[in-house]
Amino acid sequence: MVTGVLPIALEDATKAIQVFLLSGKEYLCLMQLHEDIAEEKVRSILDEFTGEIYQRPPLRASVKRELRKRTIYKIDLLEIDGRRVLFKVACQAGTYIRKLCSDIGEALGCGAHMKELRRTRAGPFTEDEHSYTLHELQETKRIHAEEGREEPLREAVRPVEEIFKYIPKIYIRDSAVDAICHGARLAIPGIVQIETGIDCESPVAIFTLKGEVVALAKSELSTQDILGAEKGIAAKPLRVIMRPGTYPREWGSNQEQRRSRQS
Amino acid sequence: MTEQRPIWEAERELKIRTRAETDPRFGMKPEARPLQEHIRLGVINLDKPPNPSSHQVTAWVKKILGASHVGHGGTLEAARPGRPDGHRSAPDSA
Repeated sequence: MVTGVLPIALEDATKAIQVFLLSGKEYLCLMQLHEDIAEEKVRSILDEFTGEIYQRPPLRASVKRELRKRTIYKIDLLEIDGRRVLFKVACQAGTYIRKLCSDIGEALGCGAHMKELRRTRAGPFTEDEHSYTLHELQETKRIHAEEGREEPLREAVRPVEEIFKYIPKIYIRDSAVDAICHGARLAIPGIVQIETGIDCESPVAIFTLKGEVVALAKSELSTQDILGAEKGIAAKPLRVIMRPGTYPREWGSNQEQRRSRQS
Repeated sequence: MTEQRPIWEAERELKIRTRAETDPRFGMKPEARPLQEHIRLGVINLDKPPNPSSHQVTAWVKKILGASHVGHGGTLEAARPGRPDGHRSAPDSA
């Protein structure tokens, strides 16, 4: 039984989906031990599985089965009922929870398997905020179709910008937007505001001053270096989300042409 | 990303490099989008039920909303050993 947070992107928002593949997750997991084990021992093994762990993807994995390093940010033991252990785990993207359970079972010496799993968070999305079941979603659509009210449907569909909630952002001038939509790299003079915490080669989101996402990009410089420079390349788009032509084209033309078009 | 803390605990500050205005004639605030645009640039935080696969659930959402295409982020499956369909589970799945 696997349930919980499954982000589904629509149409142009599908271009932002890779953000979820980079994002950490949280799960509520019910693990079944194969023998009786003292609670203290379970606790101490769960502590050992916090931090960096090595994990070999399962037989039926979609990735190459080589040992990978993954970070378990946190494990909270919630309840032990006989051989059933309920815990909450926060982990790096790409962690297999089923494998985590069998590895914990091996470390305990008794064996264990995952019995039930619920994802409570995928990056910016949690089960507590704007979470909809299929039936609830269908109901918002019905209200729109039959009663002509769009608010419930509007509320169920979140703007693509929410995907970038935890990705550091760079806000750019209107005049820089269309070039980015065409895949151009972002030059420092186009930047108006920038968030701290950007390292070289880290994922960043390029936003307009109205708060619309333009592209997911990879930084070429840190926040500090960008703030300290007058020119140079700050970031390279990985995935453009905004359609070209949304903002006027102000690149590849000289000042003269620009002035004549505006008049 | 190999941070020791999850990304949702990161604290960031907004730094101003320069001042600039934005022209109201182009683009719009995300919350001001007409419904059709809102859906075109929309994402659903779906609470996946236990039985259908992530793939099936995604196809239903596409149908309910009449969207031209959809995609899900991070498969959420029970890839049980010996499952007859030979389904391969992505990372982040069970």
